[in-house]
Amino acid sequence: MTDPLLYLDGVSVSFDGFKALNNLSLMIDPGELRAIIGPNGAGKTTMMDVITGKTRPDHGTVMFEGNTDLTKLKESTIANLGIGRKFQRPTVFEHHTVLDNLELALKNPRGVFSGLFYKVSEEDRKRIEELLDITKLSPKRDVVAGGLAHGEKQWLEIGMLLAQDPKLLLVDEPVAGMTDAETEQTAHLLRAISGKHSVIVVEHDMVFVRELGVKVTVLHEGSMLAEGSLDTVSANQQVIDVYLGR
Amino acid sequence: MLTRFLLAGLDTKAWVLLSVLAVLAVAVPFMALAVPPTSPWSLSMLTVTLLGKYFCYALLALSLDLVWGYCGILSLGHGAFFALGGYAMGMYLMRQIGSRGVYGNAELPDFMVFLNWKELPWYWHGFDMFPFAALMVVLIPGVLAFAFGWFAFRSRVTGVYLSIITQAMTFALLLAFFRNDMGFGGNNGLTDFKEILGYDIQAPATRAGLFVATVVALAIGYILASAVVSSKYGKVLVAVRDAESRVRFLGYDVEKVKLFAWTLSACMAGVAGALYVPQVGIINPSEFSPAASIEAVIWVAVGGRGTLAGAVLGAVIVNYGKTWFTGVLPEVWLFALGGLFVLVTLFLPKGILGLAGDLRQRLAARRSRAAAGSNAAKEATAP
Amino acid sequence: MRCTIRRLLIAAALLIAALPPLAAYAADLPALVRGLGVSNYDELDKAIAKLAETGDPAVAPVLEALQAGDLNLRKSDGAVVVAKRAGSGWDLFDPLTGAALGPAERSAVERIRINNALRRSLGAALGALTLMSPDPAVRRSAAEAVFKSRDPAGIEILDRAIAKETDAGIRTAMQRARAAAVLNTDAPEAEKLAAIEIIAARGDRDGLGLLNTVVNATAPDAVKAAAREAIGAIEHRLALWAAAQNLWYGLSLGSVLLLAAIGLAVTFGVMGVINMAHGEMVMIGAYSTFMVQEMFRAYAPGLFDLSILVALPVAFVVAGGIGIIIERGIIRWLYGRPLETLLATWGLSLMLQQAVRSLFGPSNREVGAPSWMSGAFELGGLTITYGRLWIVVFAFAVFAALLVALRRTSFGLQIRAVTQNRRMASAMGIRTPQVDALTFGLGSGIAGLAGVALSQIDNVSPNLGQGYIIDSFMVVVFGGVGNLWGTLVGALTLGTINKFLEPYAGAVLGKILVLIFIILFIQRRPRGLFALRGRAVEA
Repeated sequence: MTDPLLYLDGVSVSFDGFKALNNLSLMIDPGELRAIIGPNGAGKTTMMDVITGKTRPDHGTVMFEGNTDLTKLKESTIANLGIGRKFQRPTVFEHHTVLDNLELALKNPRGVFSGLFYKVSEEDRKRIEELLDITKLSPKRDVVAGGLAHGEKQWLEIGMLLAQDPKLLLVDEPVAGMTDAETEQTAHLLRAISGKHSVIVVEHDMVFVRELGVKVTVLHEGSMLAEGSLDTVSANQQVIDVYLGR
Repeated sequence: MLTRFLLAGLDTKAWVLLSVLAVLAVAVPFMALAVPPTSPWSLSMLTVTLLGKYFCYALLALSLDLVWGYCGILSLGHGAFFALGGYAMGMYLMRQIGSRGVYGNAELPDFMVFLNWKELPWYWHGFDMFPFAALMVVLIPGVLAFAFGWFAFRSRVTGVYLSIITQAMTFALLLAFFRNDMGFGGNNGLTDFKEILGYDIQAPATRAGLFVATVVALAIGYILASAVVSSKYGKVLVAVRDAESRVRFLGYDVEKVKLFAWTLSACMAGVAGALYVPQVGIINPSEFSPAASIEAVIWVAVGGRGTLAGAVLGAVIVNYGKTWFTGVLPEVWLFALGGLFVLVTLFLPKGILGLAGDLRQRLAARRSRAAAGSNAAKEATAP
Repeated sequence: MRCTIRRLLIAAALLIAALPPLAAYAADLPALVRGLGVSNYDELDKAIAKLAETGDPAVAPVLEALQAGDLNLRKSDGAVVVAKRAGSGWDLFDPLTGAALGPAERSAVERIRINNALRRSLGAALGALTLMSPDPAVRRSAAEAVFKSRDPAGIEILDRAIAKETDAGIRTAMQRARAAAVLNTDAPEAEKLAAIEIIAARGDRDGLGLLNTVVNATAPDAVKAAAREAIGAIEHRLALWAAAQNLWYGLSLGSVLLLAAIGLAVTFGVMGVINMAHGEMVMIGAYSTFMVQEMFRAYAPGLFDLSILVALPVAFVVAGGIGIIIERGIIRWLYGRPLETLLATWGLSLMLQQAVRSLFGPSNREVGAPSWMSGAFELGGLTITYGRLWIVVFAFAVFAALLVALRRTSFGLQIRAVTQNRRMASAMGIRTPQVDALTFGLGSGIAGLAGVALSQIDNVSPNLGQGYIIDSFMVVVFGGVGNLWGTLVGALTLGTINKFLEPYAGAVLGKILVLIFIILFIQRRPRGLFALRGRAVEA
């Protein structure tokens, strides 16, 4: 067995007495695609905040590639280690064109001075074309991102994530507001990405999760309730209670 | 590479503005010095000084636009950087007075003699040399901005909170510079300058020279600012303004991004202040007042934040209005200024330039719609 | 020293003279007074002693006159009289009754001369007389006088007076006076040590000065050591009182800050609206007070003491009304754009200032204090003015009232509902625009109330508000936005820090240091002292 890419060990976070995460442990292998489901308030978004350095846990460690503890690092450092994140609400740079959005996300030196004197290289241009193709935004390359439709913004954000070329992608509800066809395409895309990258998908949409056809982790009240294939977890009595009991 | 970097950012608007500045830099001194005063084309020295003042303000507005318009940091304390640059220049000018002061002390400025000080405070040393003073003009505001920004951005103070603490910063400096023991002339500030670089500061030729220097500084500032905002770094800057945490999760160190623009902007404001002082002939603590800083914000808002030309335009227009009002209807000026704040924020969020852009777009849209409409009408009437 | 004791004694003498005429003095007094008419110093000394022994207060003016050199011997009949210069001659008076005895030639009388030894006996005799006076106030001031003069001659008299004294407070004062005198003699060490103990118990600045002279004079080491120790104790106590005074000043400044900031805590803290015209609401409140007082001056000058009470609702309504107009006219278009709100309200503040300047003129307006707000009283080592005391009380009252309004009324419930979830509140039938307007009006109205109070301690001018706006924001931000208790703690903390820094750094530098402290503090805790934490903050 290979070493896990990401290993959350006993992570707890509380806000004013409310336990958002309670002794959560989780392991993601390199190249794995993992779906995380759970009712509202289960701690899915907080878990992502902890991994990406937005929230510091009260207890526990988050090890990346075996020896880097993410809980000590700031967001930009974690991002540069190779962890990309897509927000629940699509967040793109509304005043920039699609092209500029992708350009900013491309894996290049992030310093101020390299930014001042940056010039688009041939390689970068090719990569951007590639991403435009993947996200089907090629015809809209010069459109300001604020003028895109909701689904297009979701795709642009995924495109930006890919431009970062991360080792691990955290994707929060990627298909919210998408049509069925778009949902299917997204599932396809995520499956295609995994293998080369590890992907964690947080989703409510069970159809979409089924479409992904991967290992599922169920969160409840900040802890892991069940783990396994979607069929296994949906047969789990506890999971049924949690979902139906509400 | 540097020239390419600097020129890459210039668009049509920039070229127009730079051409205007170039014409002014030649025409104004010519009209003031060479055209006989009887001619209608002659400019009084007063007008030259006034124009010079406007362009100093324009440079300040430019620096403010860089952080507010492009990075979303609304500074209510930019006047502090302007004033610090001004004080650095003022200290040089004080040292140039030498023994021509009222008390005839070659070493100490008059106010120190008056306060019975025996020797020059350590921080006044070196200001008798112009290159040192010029360095300090940039360095002092720069270092203050760096230190302030380093703390503020690192602890993620943003939005209104940041605005309020920048205001507190300039207020604290205002109180400090009022104190006589600070060694900056207290209430009266620094004034009664005699000469700059060996030239009589009152002489028309010197005044014209200072005007040209201001125009050149504004042009350089403009070129530099457009180069910065049109680079990839400039795009990151705008991205920080629009979605700060997204930029962070893309791996950019947002603190450093902000800090660079903030410090650069403070240095520019310092230069503006340094050019302002020899032209108006005085620098006193009132330049630190929060009201002065917030007034600069409205110049940028009027012209159109997020457009460099707008900042320049706004500074000149509002200050021309101020000159006009205070001459004709002084009691109405505060109403006008206050009303400007309200009207611009309510009805002109993008300023004059933004409005012009919107109008042009709407006009174009209407024209294309009209064209489409008439085509449709033709089709409908066709049998 | 001599001068003060004399003045005190004269005062005492006058007091006695002012008492109902004492015809009831002992019958042998005139004879004893006549006995003063001798030229021999020794005999005069004995005569003084005899007079003093009577313990009769009526003797005091006689001895007083002798001390002042006014007592004369009438050559014609050997009577002892008081002679006052009148033109080229004298006017004569009876020394005991003060009755006029008519004019006299210059040569008709001869002054009764005294020397230094006699002066000392006179002082002691007078001291004894006043120390035995039936009037407690006279006895007390006499004891204080001996304490100041430290005249060893007083010890013996004091011993007698202490034995007779019935009032405990005066006895303590006498004991202290005796201790002070003892320290001025070559008394044995043990006695001096006891004296120091008594002085130390007094624990004020006079005692400190006394002990310092002991330390500096030649005295046994043990005495000096004891004095030094006592000095330490007194200084410690004085420092405590000084700290208490600072604390009071801090509380007073803190309550002013609280008043100025509390309205902002509603508009900024609860609604999230940056109202830079907040200071002008305070200013409008102050001008409302001025207008109300003008009315009272014109129509009901006798009820002037009530003007402030009438001004309170007026200021609240005027400032609140203007606040509602501002909210409906400008601010509601700018919700969700805090920086724009900041600029627009700044513009408003300029306009309001200019409007007031045009209406009332640029100079300060006179706002009077009602009688119940003037004056001061002492509390231990503290001096407290009624004006400040009322402002502290008022600030806390406003705070409490606001707290109750937000917690217990249905309007408060609506405000909190809209703050927490606007859409949900709206869905439940709360008219959110109305709540917004009223909340802003409430915050502005409270600022108006603050203006009434501040008109009592600050200049009422168009610039009144500008002085408070930065401080108010500092208080709210320091305390934590959206938390009224934070505002309270923030205001009191900043006020106290400011006043404790002032003695060391001066007023201006103190304020600068406080500003720097807040700037650094906000960097450490961007959300203030009492920060809300968690996901709600991000939304």
